[in-house]
Amino acid sequence: MIQYLTNNHVIVWQALQEHLYLALLPILFGFAIALPLGYLAVRFTWLYHPLINTFGVLYSIPSLALFVFLPVILGTKVLSPVNVVVALTIYTVALLARTVADGLRAVDPVVVQAATAMGYRRTRRLVDVELPIALPVILAGLRVATVSNISLVSVGSLIGIGGLGQLFTRGFQLFYLEPILIGVILSVVLAGIADLIIVLVQRAVTPWTRAA
Amino acid sequence: MITFEDVVKVYPGGTTAVDHLNLELPTGKITVLVGPSGCGKTTSLRMINRMVTPTSGRILVDGADVSQQNEARLRRSIGYVIQHAGLFPHRTVLDNVATVPVLLGQTRRAAREAALGLLERVGLSAEFAKRYPAQLSGGQQQRVGVARALAADPPIMLMDEPFSAVDPVVRAQLQAEFLRLQQDLGKTIAMVTHDIDEAIKLGDHVAVFRTGGRLAQFATPRELLAEPADDFVASFVGRDRGLRSLSFDSAAELPVRPVDGIDLDDSGRPLGLPGVFTKDDSLRVVTDLVISSPGGIAVRVGPDGAADGLVSHHDLADYLASRRS
Repeated sequence: MIQYLTNNHVIVWQALQEHLYLALLPILFGFAIALPLGYLAVRFTWLYHPLINTFGVLYSIPSLALFVFLPVILGTKVLSPVNVVVALTIYTVALLARTVADGLRAVDPVVVQAATAMGYRRTRRLVDVELPIALPVILAGLRVATVSNISLVSVGSLIGIGGLGQLFTRGFQLFYLEPILIGVILSVVLAGIADLIIVLVQRAVTPWTRAA
Repeated sequence: MITFEDVVKVYPGGTTAVDHLNLELPTGKITVLVGPSGCGKTTSLRMINRMVTPTSGRILVDGADVSQQNEARLRRSIGYVIQHAGLFPHRTVLDNVATVPVLLGQTRRAAREAALGLLERVGLSAEFAKRYPAQLSGGQQQRVGVARALAADPPIMLMDEPFSAVDPVVRAQLQAEFLRLQQDLGKTIAMVTHDIDEAIKLGDHVAVFRTGGRLAQFATPRELLAEPADDFVASFVGRDRGLRSLSFDSAAELPVRPVDGIDLDDSGRPLGLPGVFTKDDSLRVVTDLVISSPGGIAVRVGPDGAADGLVSHHDLADYLASRRS
């Protein structure tokens, strides 16, 4: 395995970078889209169920099918990484919109009312009071989405883009175990580190959850 | 002064919460809105800071119609305390208290500094400043709630059942401290409670509401006990209102007989009694002592603690009878 790594470190390193970028970019996009969507689902209660159900259906589409169909819908090239980014963004939104909505809905209405009575306007109340209180729930959703994205990127290798997943296809093609093992280990380590970072951020920004 | 002018609130669905309310809450005084649940007292309170919009009628604060004022700015100028304090769980005690000053544009640093002084004022030491609400008892949270409402020094405070979520011992303590605080501050306070005893204890004026959002009586606690407007108020005030009305009568004029036949120590202080009274106490205290002391005698003491007079069952009964004629 060491032998394989020394000979192929350029490929492995590139695959790792690509993997990271393909997994995390959709998290950024997805979060940016899910935040307003989740808020709207709480603000307009009639929107909650249609929205959550729609994303439930979207999330149930197999990733491979999405990778294959997106070029048809988007007009992108079949081998474009855009397909993977868009597909994973959809999954991220599907997971996070619900988490954001549920997190905001769980904020004690008494606290929201107190904030209003003290003279908070809607937007500042959302930023200063509701979102911070919903943060533990939202960050828990973010952990799931991040880990799930990191594992899903590998599926993209079946259409030629897949970060560490390419090590799997290569291994299968050559009947060679080393790249597969290295790919698996690196994916798991990557997911573990990403998860740990979010947990550390959560500890830093929500000290109040550990009080009492 | 807060003025309700013919205020009506009908909720969608047709429930009348407040029915043609006319009421004046005097400046610098505590006015308690009291009544059974569903009588519109909380709705009335929440119309003052526009948390609820009246169906018709006007509410004026010092002559200015609240509906003409900017909502958020109006609310920042009115302190608000609620039952379970409603503190922000994600902010420290200090930052909770600093909330409104920061909203008003003060720097966080200046607001925190002022907040520290306020904590002390409501009886919380500086060690609480960095804690989170979840680390406080109910009574402590309520103190923070009061400090938070006072932080921007608003002329008006609205308090919705502020002391009803804590146990009776803590409640009595909070009530006493609240009265002391109000003596210094002289805020115009509107307080809602369902507890008539609390209303009588805390209110300079009491507005009794009946179910259906109608004002049954607006009076001082003393008037309320002595002359309830109708059967509803009389029954709401309770059966022992005669006894309770004695809380408003001073024992200063109560004639006493010379000290005789009780055990005294070397400096003339009575020994072995459940309690004594002074000229500053109310007749209710004296009555209680007469009833509960073993010999049926209440002992009055002077400023030095030495006994200076006795009152028996008979003396008290005669005095109460003479006051009535």
